[in-house]
Amino acid sequence: MTTPPTLRRRLAERGLDGVTLLVLPCVVFVLALFIYPALYGLFLSFTPKQGGPLANYIRFFSDPFLYDTIYTTLLIAVPVTVLNVLLSIPVALRVRLMRRQRLLTTILVIPITLGTVLVAEGLLNYLGPRGWLNRTLMTFGVIDEPLRLLHNYWGVALSLLITGFPFTFLLTLSYITGIDPSLEQAGAMLGARARARFTRILLPLLVPGLTITLALSFVQAFSVFPSAVLLGAPAGPTRVISIAAYQAAFEAYDYSLASAIAMIMAAVQVLIVVALLVLKGLAYRGPVSTGKG
Amino acid sequence: MRRDKRERLWAFTIWLAVGLFILNLIGMIATVVVNSFGSRWFTTWLPVGWTTRWYTLAWDEFQLPAILLVTVEVVGAVVVLAGLIGVPAAYAMARRNFPGKQVIMLLFLLPLLVPPFTYGIPLATVLYQLHLAGTIWGVILANLVPTVPFVVLIMIPFVEQIDPRIEAAARVFGAGLGRLFVQVLVPLLTPGILAALLLVLVRTIAMFELTFLTAGPDSQTLVVALYYAVFAAGVRPGQSIDAMAMVYMVTTLAWLLIALRFVNPTQIVTRAKR
Repeated sequence: MTTPPTLRRRLAERGLDGVTLLVLPCVVFVLALFIYPALYGLFLSFTPKQGGPLANYIRFFSDPFLYDTIYTTLLIAVPVTVLNVLLSIPVALRVRLMRRQRLLTTILVIPITLGTVLVAEGLLNYLGPRGWLNRTLMTFGVIDEPLRLLHNYWGVALSLLITGFPFTFLLTLSYITGIDPSLEQAGAMLGARARARFTRILLPLLVPGLTITLALSFVQAFSVFPSAVLLGAPAGPTRVISIAAYQAAFEAYDYSLASAIAMIMAAVQVLIVVALLVLKGLAYRGPVSTGKG
Repeated sequence: MRRDKRERLWAFTIWLAVGLFILNLIGMIATVVVNSFGSRWFTTWLPVGWTTRWYTLAWDEFQLPAILLVTVEVVGAVVVLAGLIGVPAAYAMARRNFPGKQVIMLLFLLPLLVPPFTYGIPLATVLYQLHLAGTIWGVILANLVPTVPFVVLIMIPFVEQIDPRIEAAARVFGAGLGRLFVQVLVPLLTPGILAALLLVLVRTIAMFELTFLTAGPDSQTLVVALYYAVFAAGVRPGQSIDAMAMVYMVTTLAWLLIALRFVNPTQIVTRAKR
Protein backbone atom coordinates (compact mmCIF):
# COMPACT_ATOMS: atom_id res chain seq x y z
CA MET A 1 0.00 0.00 0.00
CA THR A 2 1.50 3.36 -0.97
CA THR A 3 0.46 6.51 0.75
CA PRO A 4 0.90 9.93 -0.83
CA PRO A 5 3.96 11.74 0.60
CA THR A 6 3.10 13.71 3.68
CA LEU A 7 3.39 17.47 3.79
CA ARG A 8 6.39 17.09 6.04
CA ARG A 9 8.08 14.86 3.49
CA ARG A 10 7.31 17.18 0.60
CA LEU A 11 8.65 20.19 2.49
CA ALA A 12 11.80 18.29 3.40
CA GLU A 13 12.40 17.59 -0.27
CA ARG A 14 12.43 21.31 -0.91
CA GLY A 15 14.92 21.80 1.88
CA LEU A 16 12.46 22.84 4.56
CA ASP A 17 12.77 20.73 7.70
CA GLY A 18 13.65 21.07 11.36
CA VAL A 19 17.17 22.20 10.58
CA THR A 20 15.99 24.94 8.24
CA LEU A 21 13.79 26.29 11.01
CA LEU A 22 16.95 27.12 12.97
CA VAL A 23 17.37 30.12 10.72
CA LEU A 24 14.02 31.53 11.85
CA PRO A 25 15.04 33.24 15.13
CA CYS A 26 17.79 35.05 13.29
CA VAL A 27 15.50 36.12 10.44
CA VAL A 28 12.83 37.31 12.87
CA PHE A 29 15.47 39.23 14.78
CA VAL A 30 16.83 41.04 11.72
CA LEU A 31 13.30 41.74 10.47
CA ALA A 32 12.24 43.14 13.84
CA LEU A 33 15.29 45.25 14.61
CA PHE A 34 16.60 46.22 11.19
CA ILE A 35 13.88 46.05 8.54
CA TYR A 36 10.99 47.15 10.75
CA PRO A 37 12.81 50.22 12.17
CA ALA A 38 13.88 51.21 8.64
CA LEU A 39 10.31 50.97 7.33
CA TYR A 40 8.95 52.64 10.46
CA GLY A 41 11.48 55.44 10.04
CA LEU A 42 10.40 55.88 6.43
CA PHE A 43 6.75 56.03 7.55
CA LEU A 44 7.57 58.39 10.40
CA SER A 45 9.42 60.74 8.08
CA PHE A 46 6.14 61.27 6.19
CA THR A 47 4.17 62.09 9.33
CA PRO A 48 5.76 65.36 10.44
CA LYS A 49 4.87 67.31 13.56
CA GLN A 50 3.27 69.97 11.38
CA GLY A 51 2.24 70.22 7.75
CA GLY A 52 1.61 67.73 4.99
CA PRO A 53 3.32 64.40 4.46
CA LEU A 54 6.27 65.94 2.64
CA ALA A 55 6.80 68.77 5.13
CA ASN A 56 10.01 67.30 6.58
CA TYR A 57 11.59 66.88 3.19
CA ILE A 58 10.48 70.33 2.04
CA ARG A 59 11.93 71.75 5.24
CA PHE A 60 15.22 69.93 4.75
CA PHE A 61 15.69 71.05 1.17
CA SER A 62 14.65 74.65 1.78
CA ASP A 63 16.79 75.27 4.87
CA PRO A 64 20.47 75.78 3.95
CA PHE A 65 21.43 74.91 7.54
CA LEU A 66 20.05 71.44 6.79
CA TYR A 67 20.64 70.81 3.10
CA ASP A 68 24.18 72.16 3.22
CA THR A 69 25.09 69.20 5.42
CA ILE A 70 24.94 66.92 2.37
CA TYR A 71 27.51 69.04 0.58
CA THR A 72 29.65 69.42 3.72
CA THR A 73 29.67 65.66 4.28
CA LEU A 74 30.48 64.90 0.64
CA LEU A 75 33.30 67.44 0.74
CA ILE A 76 34.88 65.50 3.61
CA ALA A 77 33.97 61.94 2.63
CA VAL A 78 34.71 61.91 -1.11
CA PRO A 79 38.30 63.27 -1.18
CA VAL A 80 39.33 61.18 1.84
CA THR A 81 37.81 58.00 0.42
CA VAL A 82 39.39 58.49 -3.00
CA LEU A 83 42.75 59.28 -1.40
CA ASN A 84 42.53 56.21 0.83
CA VAL A 85 41.81 53.92 -2.11
CA LEU A 86 44.48 55.50 -4.33
CA LEU A 87 47.07 55.08 -1.56
CA SER A 88 45.96 51.54 -0.83
CA ILE A 89 46.62 50.21 -4.32
CA PRO A 90 50.40 50.76 -4.57
CA VAL A 91 50.93 49.83 -0.93
CA ALA A 92 48.92 46.63 -1.28
CA LEU A 93 50.78 45.75 -4.48
CA ARG A 94 54.04 46.06 -2.60
CA VAL A 95 52.90 44.33 0.58
CA ARG A 96 51.56 41.31 -1.31
CA LEU A 97 55.15 40.42 -2.19
CA MET A 98 56.14 40.58 1.47
CA ARG A 99 56.56 37.31 3.27
CA ARG A 100 55.77 38.53 6.77
CA GLN A 101 52.65 40.61 6.23
CA ARG A 102 51.11 39.79 9.55
CA LEU A 103 53.00 42.34 11.62
CA LEU A 104 51.97 45.14 9.27
CA THR A 105 48.35 44.04 9.05
CA THR A 106 48.22 43.72 12.84
CA ILE A 107 49.51 47.26 13.31
CA LEU A 108 47.03 48.58 10.77
CA VAL A 109 44.08 46.81 12.34
CA ILE A 110 44.69 48.68 15.62
CA PRO A 111 43.16 52.04 14.63
CA ILE A 112 40.11 50.27 13.15
CA THR A 113 39.62 48.36 16.37
CA LEU A 114 40.15 51.34 18.65
CA GLY A 115 37.52 53.31 16.75
CA THR A 116 36.98 56.95 15.98
CA VAL A 117 36.41 58.17 19.53
CA LEU A 118 39.83 57.13 20.76
CA VAL A 119 41.51 58.33 17.56
CA ALA A 120 39.82 61.68 18.09
CA GLU A 121 41.07 61.92 21.67
CA GLY A 122 44.60 61.00 20.59
CA LEU A 123 44.64 63.45 17.69
CA LEU A 124 43.37 66.28 19.92
CA ASN A 125 46.76 66.35 21.59
CA TYR A 126 48.89 65.00 18.77
CA LEU A 127 47.76 67.51 16.14
CA GLY A 128 47.46 70.40 18.58
CA PRO A 129 49.58 73.53 18.34
CA ARG A 130 51.98 72.06 20.94
CA GLY A 131 51.55 68.47 19.83
CA TRP A 132 54.34 66.28 18.61
CA LEU A 133 53.46 66.70 14.93
CA ASN A 134 53.75 70.48 14.88
CA ARG A 135 56.75 70.37 17.20
CA THR A 136 58.59 67.96 14.90
CA LEU A 137 57.79 69.95 11.77
CA MET A 138 58.98 73.13 13.45
CA THR A 139 62.19 71.53 14.75
CA PHE A 140 63.08 70.44 11.23
CA GLY A 141 62.22 73.88 9.94
CA VAL A 142 59.45 72.66 7.63
CA ILE A 143 57.06 75.26 9.07
CA ASP A 144 57.52 78.42 11.10
CA GLU A 145 54.18 78.46 12.87
CA PRO A 146 52.10 75.55 14.13
CA LEU A 147 49.64 74.26 11.56
CA ARG A 148 46.02 74.69 12.53
CA LEU A 149 44.76 71.14 12.23
CA LEU A 150 42.08 71.04 14.92
CA HIS A 151 38.49 72.18 15.04
CA ASN A 152 38.34 72.57 11.31
CA TYR A 153 38.12 70.48 8.13
CA TRP A 154 41.63 69.02 8.48
CA GLY A 155 41.08 67.42 11.86
CA VAL A 156 38.13 65.43 10.58
CA ALA A 157 39.85 64.56 7.30
CA LEU A 158 42.98 63.34 9.10
CA SER A 159 40.98 61.21 11.54
CA LEU A 160 39.17 59.63 8.58
CA LEU A 161 42.56 58.96 7.02
CA ILE A 162 43.86 57.26 10.17
CA THR A 163 40.85 54.96 10.53
CA GLY A 164 39.94 54.77 6.84
CA PHE A 165 43.26 53.98 5.21
CA PRO A 166 43.81 50.71 7.12
CA PHE A 167 40.24 49.69 6.25
CA THR A 168 40.64 50.30 2.50
CA PHE A 169 44.14 48.87 2.54
CA LEU A 170 43.14 45.58 4.16
CA LEU A 171 40.19 45.23 1.78
CA THR A 172 42.36 46.02 -1.25
CA LEU A 173 45.04 43.63 -0.05
CA SER A 174 42.53 40.79 0.20
CA TYR A 175 41.40 41.48 -3.38
CA ILE A 176 44.92 41.77 -4.76
CA THR A 177 46.10 38.56 -3.12
CA GLY A 178 43.08 36.88 -4.75
CA ILE A 179 44.55 37.49 -8.21
CA ASP A 180 46.53 34.56 -9.51
CA PRO A 181 50.20 35.68 -9.71
CA SER A 182 50.73 33.52 -12.82
CA LEU A 183 48.60 35.98 -14.82
CA GLU A 184 51.10 38.71 -14.11
CA GLN A 185 54.02 36.37 -14.71
CA ALA A 186 52.59 35.48 -18.11
CA GLY A 187 52.43 39.18 -18.93
CA ALA A 188 56.02 39.65 -17.81
CA MET A 189 57.15 36.72 -19.92
CA LEU A 190 55.50 38.25 -22.95
CA GLY A 191 57.51 41.41 -22.38
CA ALA A 192 55.09 43.67 -20.51
CA ARG A 193 56.83 46.18 -18.26
CA ALA A 194 55.65 46.83 -14.67
CA ARG A 195 53.47 49.76 -15.70
CA ALA A 196 51.85 47.83 -18.54
CA ARG A 197 51.33 44.80 -16.33
CA PHE A 198 49.52 47.01 -13.86
CA THR A 199 47.30 48.90 -16.30
CA ARG A 200 46.59 45.99 -18.65
CA ILE A 201 46.37 43.02 -16.30
CA LEU A 202 46.03 43.87 -12.61
CA LEU A 203 43.89 46.99 -12.76
CA PRO A 204 41.11 45.52 -14.94
CA LEU A 205 40.95 42.50 -12.63
CA LEU A 206 40.89 44.73 -9.58
CA VAL A 207 38.08 47.00 -10.72
CA PRO A 208 35.21 44.97 -9.19
CA GLY A 209 37.03 44.67 -5.85
CA LEU A 210 38.04 48.32 -5.87
CA THR A 211 34.46 49.36 -6.56
CA ILE A 212 33.27 47.50 -3.48
CA THR A 213 36.14 48.92 -1.44
CA LEU A 214 35.30 52.41 -2.63
CA ALA A 215 31.59 51.92 -1.89
CA LEU A 216 32.15 50.50 1.60
CA SER A 217 34.67 53.10 2.67
CA PHE A 218 32.64 55.96 1.22
CA VAL A 219 29.57 54.83 3.12
CA GLN A 220 31.63 54.65 6.34
CA ALA A 221 33.11 58.08 5.80
CA PHE A 222 29.75 59.59 4.90
CA SER A 223 28.28 58.61 8.27
CA VAL A 224 31.18 60.15 10.22
CA PHE A 225 30.03 61.43 13.59
CA PRO A 226 32.35 61.43 16.62
CA SER A 227 35.38 62.95 14.93
CA ALA A 228 33.26 65.59 13.20
CA VAL A 229 32.07 66.71 16.63
CA LEU A 230 35.31 66.31 18.58
CA LEU A 231 37.93 67.31 16.00
CA GLY A 232 35.89 69.46 13.67
CA ALA A 233 33.77 72.55 13.90
CA PRO A 234 30.37 70.94 14.41
CA ALA A 235 28.54 74.24 14.16
CA GLY A 236 30.08 75.23 10.85
CA PRO A 237 32.53 73.74 8.37
CA THR A 238 32.17 70.15 9.55
CA ARG A 239 28.47 70.11 10.36
CA VAL A 240 27.95 66.73 8.71
CA ILE A 241 24.59 65.17 8.01
CA SER A 242 24.77 62.77 10.97
CA ILE A 243 25.09 65.77 13.31
CA ALA A 244 21.93 67.24 11.80
CA ALA A 245 20.11 63.93 12.30
CA TYR A 246 21.38 63.60 15.85
CA GLN A 247 20.38 67.14 16.78
CA ALA A 248 16.90 66.68 15.33
CA ALA A 249 16.38 63.49 17.31
CA PHE A 250 18.06 64.15 20.65
CA GLU A 251 18.11 67.92 20.97
CA ALA A 252 14.85 68.94 19.28
CA TYR A 253 13.14 65.58 19.99
CA ASP A 254 11.67 65.74 16.48
CA TYR A 255 11.96 62.05 15.63
CA SER A 256 9.99 62.61 12.45
CA LEU A 257 12.50 65.11 11.07
CA ALA A 258 15.38 62.97 12.34
CA SER A 259 13.96 59.98 10.46
CA ALA A 260 13.64 62.08 7.32
CA ILE A 261 17.30 63.14 7.62
CA ALA A 262 18.34 59.52 8.20
CA MET A 263 16.39 58.54 5.08
CA ILE A 264 18.07 61.30 3.05
CA MET A 265 21.43 60.12 4.40
CA ALA A 266 20.67 56.57 3.32
CA ALA A 267 19.42 57.81 -0.07
CA VAL A 268 22.67 59.69 -0.77
CA GLN A 269 24.68 56.61 0.20
CA VAL A 270 22.55 54.34 -2.00
CA LEU A 271 22.81 56.79 -4.93
CA ILE A 272 26.60 56.90 -4.79
CA VAL A 273 26.90 53.14 -4.36
CA VAL A 274 24.54 52.50 -7.29
CA ALA A 275 26.47 54.99 -9.42
CA LEU A 276 29.70 53.16 -8.56
CA LEU A 277 28.16 49.80 -9.41
CA VAL A 278 26.90 51.11 -12.75
CA LEU A 279 30.37 52.42 -13.54
CA LYS A 280 31.79 49.05 -12.57
CA GLY A 281 29.35 47.33 -14.95
CA LEU A 282 31.06 49.16 -17.79
CA ALA A 283 34.42 47.65 -16.85
CA TYR A 284 35.87 44.20 -17.45
CA ARG A 285 34.27 41.27 -15.69
CA GLY A 286 36.03 37.98 -15.69
CA PRO A 287 37.77 35.40 -13.55
CA VAL A 288 40.72 36.54 -11.46
CA SER A 289 42.11 33.03 -11.20
CA THR A 290 43.31 30.78 -13.95
CA GLY A 291 42.12 27.33 -15.00
CA LYS A 292 41.67 25.45 -11.77
CA GLY A 293 39.34 27.76 -9.89
CA MET B 1 69.85 49.57 -15.10
CA ARG B 2 67.98 52.89 -14.98
CA ARG B 3 64.71 51.05 -14.79
CA ASP B 4 65.97 49.11 -11.82
CA LYS B 5 66.82 52.37 -10.07
CA ARG B 6 63.40 53.84 -10.72
CA GLU B 7 61.72 50.73 -9.42
CA ARG B 8 63.74 50.93 -6.23
CA LEU B 9 62.90 54.60 -5.81
CA TRP B 10 59.21 53.75 -6.19
CA ALA B 11 59.47 50.99 -3.58
CA PHE B 12 61.29 53.38 -1.27
CA THR B 13 58.56 56.01 -1.66
CA ILE B 14 55.88 53.50 -0.77
CA TRP B 15 57.71 52.25 2.31
CA LEU B 16 58.32 55.83 3.33
CA ALA B 17 54.60 56.57 3.11
CA VAL B 18 53.74 53.45 5.12
CA GLY B 19 56.45 54.29 7.63
CA LEU B 20 55.13 57.84 8.06
CA PHE B 21 51.61 56.55 8.53
CA ILE B 22 52.68 54.11 11.22
CA LEU B 23 54.89 56.73 12.85
CA ASN B 24 51.94 59.12 13.13
CA LEU B 25 49.73 56.32 14.40
CA ILE B 26 52.25 55.47 17.11
CA GLY B 27 52.66 59.16 17.89
CA MET B 28 48.91 59.55 18.33
CA ILE B 29 48.66 56.56 20.67
CA ALA B 30 51.84 57.51 22.55
CA THR B 31 50.42 60.99 23.15
CA VAL B 32 47.54 59.44 25.05
CA VAL B 33 49.85 57.17 27.04
CA VAL B 34 52.35 59.90 27.92
CA ASN B 35 49.70 62.48 28.78
CA SER B 36 47.88 60.08 31.09
CA PHE B 37 51.07 59.60 33.14
CA GLY B 38 52.35 63.18 32.91
CA SER B 39 52.00 65.62 35.78
CA ARG B 40 52.29 68.82 33.74
CA TRP B 41 52.91 68.99 30.00
CA PHE B 42 52.78 72.28 28.19
CA THR B 43 55.73 73.58 26.25
CA THR B 44 58.16 70.67 26.31
CA TRP B 45 58.58 67.45 24.35
CA LEU B 46 57.76 65.37 27.40
CA PRO B 47 55.89 66.13 30.63
CA VAL B 48 57.75 67.79 33.47
CA GLY B 49 57.11 64.89 35.83
CA TRP B 50 55.38 61.57 36.02
CA THR B 51 52.43 60.51 38.14
CA THR B 52 49.65 57.96 38.33
CA ARG B 53 47.19 60.18 40.14
CA TRP B 54 45.13 60.84 37.00
CA TYR B 55 44.11 57.21 37.10
CA THR B 56 42.76 57.44 40.61
CA LEU B 57 41.07 60.70 39.68
CA ALA B 58 39.49 59.22 36.55
CA TRP B 59 38.48 56.13 38.49
CA ASP B 60 36.42 58.24 40.91
CA GLU B 61 35.31 61.15 38.72
CA PHE B 62 34.06 59.20 35.74
CA GLN B 63 32.56 56.46 37.92
CA LEU B 64 34.65 53.95 36.04
CA PRO B 65 33.62 50.96 38.18
CA ALA B 66 29.97 51.44 37.22
CA ILE B 67 30.81 52.04 33.56
CA LEU B 68 33.06 48.99 33.43
CA LEU B 69 30.31 46.88 34.99
CA VAL B 70 27.81 48.05 32.35
CA THR B 71 30.36 47.39 29.60
CA VAL B 72 30.97 43.86 30.86
CA GLU B 73 27.22 43.20 31.11
CA VAL B 74 26.48 44.56 27.64
CA VAL B 75 29.40 42.82 25.96
CA GLY B 76 28.73 39.53 27.77
CA ALA B 77 25.04 39.53 26.87
CA VAL B 78 25.75 40.47 23.24
CA VAL B 79 28.37 37.74 22.85
CA VAL B 80 26.16 35.03 24.36
CA LEU B 81 22.97 36.05 22.52
CA ALA B 82 24.73 36.59 19.18
CA GLY B 83 26.20 33.10 19.50
CA LEU B 84 22.90 31.50 20.48
CA ILE B 85 20.97 33.10 17.61
CA GLY B 86 23.73 33.18 15.03
CA VAL B 87 25.33 29.75 15.20
CA PRO B 88 22.14 27.67 14.60
CA ALA B 89 21.17 30.03 11.77
CA ALA B 90 24.62 29.60 10.19
CA TYR B 91 24.20 25.83 10.46
CA ALA B 92 20.87 25.96 8.62
CA MET B 93 22.26 28.33 5.98
CA ALA B 94 25.27 26.10 5.37
CA ARG B 95 23.45 22.77 5.26
CA ARG B 96 20.12 23.43 3.53
CA ASN B 97 19.06 24.84 0.21
CA PHE B 98 15.61 26.28 0.47
CA PRO B 99 13.52 28.75 -1.48
CA GLY B 100 14.30 32.32 -0.53
CA LYS B 101 17.80 31.55 0.76
CA GLN B 102 19.30 34.31 -1.40
CA VAL B 103 16.88 36.85 0.05
CA ILE B 104 17.74 35.79 3.59
CA MET B 105 21.44 36.05 2.77
CA LEU B 106 20.88 39.59 1.55
CA LEU B 107 18.90 40.29 4.72
CA PHE B 108 21.91 39.23 6.80
CA LEU B 109 24.35 41.25 4.70
CA LEU B 110 22.44 44.53 4.94
CA PRO B 111 23.11 45.34 8.62
CA LEU B 112 26.82 44.77 7.96
CA LEU B 113 26.96 47.01 4.91
CA VAL B 114 24.78 49.92 6.07
CA PRO B 115 26.73 52.13 8.50
CA PRO B 116 25.39 52.05 12.08
CA PHE B 117 24.59 55.74 12.26
CA THR B 118 22.23 55.49 9.27
CA TYR B 119 20.03 52.75 10.71
CA GLY B 120 20.78 53.71 14.30
CA ILE B 121 18.48 56.74 14.28
CA PRO B 122 15.30 54.83 13.25
CA LEU B 123 16.34 51.92 15.47
CA ALA B 124 16.76 54.23 18.46
CA THR B 125 13.36 55.80 17.70
CA VAL B 126 11.67 52.40 17.80
CA LEU B 127 13.52 51.40 20.95
CA TYR B 128 12.53 54.65 22.66
CA GLN B 129 8.89 54.01 21.86
CA LEU B 130 9.18 50.55 23.37
CA HIS B 131 10.81 52.21 26.43
CA LEU B 132 13.83 50.00 25.89
CA ALA B 133 16.27 52.69 24.84
CA GLY B 134 17.95 54.30 27.83
CA THR B 135 18.10 50.93 29.51
CA ILE B 136 20.79 48.32 29.27
CA TRP B 137 18.43 46.06 27.29
CA GLY B 138 18.05 48.67 24.57
CA VAL B 139 21.83 48.89 24.27
CA ILE B 140 22.12 45.10 24.10
CA LEU B 141 19.40 44.80 21.45
CA ALA B 142 20.91 47.57 19.33
CA ASN B 143 24.36 46.00 19.50
CA LEU B 144 22.94 42.65 18.44
CA VAL B 145 21.72 44.08 15.11
CA PRO B 146 25.12 44.04 13.37
CA THR B 147 26.65 41.24 15.45
CA VAL B 148 24.08 38.46 14.88
CA PRO B 149 24.43 38.52 11.05
CA PHE B 150 28.18 38.87 11.54
CA VAL B 151 28.28 35.59 13.48
CA VAL B 152 26.19 33.90 10.77
CA LEU B 153 28.50 35.01 7.96
CA ILE B 154 31.66 34.01 9.84
CA MET B 155 30.26 30.63 10.88
CA ILE B 156 28.93 29.45 7.49
CA PRO B 157 32.35 28.43 6.08
CA PHE B 158 33.23 26.75 9.38
CA VAL B 159 30.07 24.61 9.20
CA GLU B 160 30.66 23.82 5.53
CA GLN B 161 34.03 22.26 6.23
CA ILE B 162 32.56 19.68 8.64
CA ASP B 163 31.93 16.35 6.96
CA PRO B 164 28.11 15.89 6.80
CA ARG B 165 28.60 12.15 7.31
CA ILE B 166 29.56 12.84 10.92
CA GLU B 167 26.13 14.38 11.48
CA ALA B 168 24.46 11.56 9.58
CA ALA B 169 26.23 9.04 11.83
CA ALA B 170 25.06 10.87 14.94
CA ARG B 171 21.50 10.85 13.58
CA VAL B 172 21.69 7.13 12.83
CA PHE B 173 22.68 6.51 16.43
CA GLY B 174 19.56 8.36 17.49
CA ALA B 175 20.79 11.84 18.37
CA GLY B 176 18.11 14.50 18.10
CA LEU B 177 18.83 18.01 16.91
CA GLY B 178 19.64 19.21 20.43
CA ARG B 179 22.06 16.41 21.18
CA LEU B 180 23.57 16.75 17.71
CA PHE B 181 24.41 20.35 18.52
CA VAL B 182 25.67 19.88 22.05
CA GLN B 183 27.66 16.69 21.57
CA VAL B 184 28.81 16.82 17.93
CA LEU B 185 28.60 20.23 16.30
CA VAL B 186 29.63 22.58 19.08
CA PRO B 187 32.83 20.64 19.87
CA LEU B 188 33.72 20.50 16.16
CA LEU B 189 32.87 24.16 15.65
CA THR B 190 34.73 25.44 18.71
CA PRO B 191 37.52 27.20 16.73
CA GLY B 192 34.95 28.96 14.55
CA ILE B 193 32.70 29.91 17.45
CA LEU B 194 35.67 31.19 19.40
CA ALA B 195 36.86 33.32 16.47
CA ALA B 196 33.39 34.70 15.74
CA LEU B 197 32.58 35.51 19.37
CA LEU B 198 35.96 37.12 20.05
CA LEU B 199 35.46 39.37 17.04
CA VAL B 200 31.95 40.19 18.29
CA LEU B 201 33.45 41.00 21.67
CA VAL B 202 36.04 43.39 20.26
CA ARG B 203 33.49 45.03 17.98
CA THR B 204 30.98 45.49 20.78
CA ILE B 205 33.52 47.09 23.14
CA ALA B 206 34.38 49.55 20.37
CA MET B 207 30.84 50.02 18.99
CA PHE B 208 30.24 53.70 19.54
CA GLU B 209 27.34 54.75 17.31
CA LEU B 210 24.62 52.28 18.28
CA THR B 211 25.41 52.43 21.99
CA PHE B 212 25.59 56.21 21.87
CA LEU B 213 22.17 56.47 20.24
CA THR B 214 20.43 54.06 22.61
CA ALA B 215 22.21 54.45 25.97
CA GLY B 216 20.84 56.38 28.91
CA PRO B 217 22.92 57.81 31.75
CA ASP B 218 23.05 54.43 33.51
CA SER B 219 23.69 52.29 30.46
CA GLN B 220 26.77 53.89 28.93
CA THR B 221 29.58 51.64 27.89
CA LEU B 222 33.21 52.68 28.18
CA VAL B 223 33.51 54.08 24.65
CA VAL B 224 30.39 56.25 25.02
CA ALA B 225 31.51 57.51 28.41
CA LEU B 226 34.85 58.36 26.80
CA TYR B 227 33.06 60.33 24.08
CA TYR B 228 31.11 62.37 26.65
CA ALA B 229 34.31 62.97 28.61
CA VAL B 230 36.12 64.28 25.52
CA PHE B 231 33.03 66.23 24.48
CA ALA B 232 32.92 68.00 27.83
CA ALA B 233 36.70 68.51 27.89
CA GLY B 234 37.64 71.53 29.94
CA VAL B 235 35.40 70.47 32.79
CA ARG B 236 38.06 68.01 33.93
CA PRO B 237 41.83 67.87 33.43
CA GLY B 238 42.77 66.48 30.03
CA GLN B 239 45.12 63.99 31.66
CA SER B 240 42.31 62.22 33.47
CA ILE B 241 40.39 61.92 30.18
CA ASP B 242 43.50 60.35 28.72
CA ALA B 243 43.70 58.03 31.73
CA MET B 244 40.18 56.90 30.89
CA ALA B 245 41.16 56.57 27.22
CA MET B 246 43.99 54.32 28.39
CA VAL B 247 41.58 52.08 30.28
CA TYR B 248 39.51 51.80 27.10
CA MET B 249 42.55 51.27 24.89
CA VAL B 250 44.12 48.59 27.09
CA THR B 251 40.80 46.72 27.34
CA THR B 252 40.24 46.78 23.59
CA LEU B 253 43.80 45.93 22.60
CA ALA B 254 44.06 43.08 25.11
CA TRP B 255 41.01 41.44 23.58
CA LEU B 256 42.24 42.23 20.08
CA LEU B 257 45.50 40.42 20.83
CA ILE B 258 43.58 37.40 22.12
CA ALA B 259 41.32 37.48 19.06
CA LEU B 260 44.30 37.68 16.72
CA ARG B 261 45.50 34.34 18.01
CA PHE B 262 42.46 32.80 16.33
CA VAL B 263 41.80 35.03 13.33
CA ASN B 264 43.75 36.79 10.64
CA PRO B 265 43.83 40.61 10.93
CA THR B 266 42.30 40.95 7.46
CA GLN B 267 39.24 39.03 8.64
CA ILE B 268 38.29 41.92 10.89
CA VAL B 269 37.70 44.03 7.80
CA THR B 270 36.71 41.61 5.09
CA ARG B 271 33.85 40.01 6.96
CA ALA B 272 31.31 41.38 4.49
CA LYS B 273 33.27 40.45 1.40
CA ARG B 274 31.56 37.91 -0.77
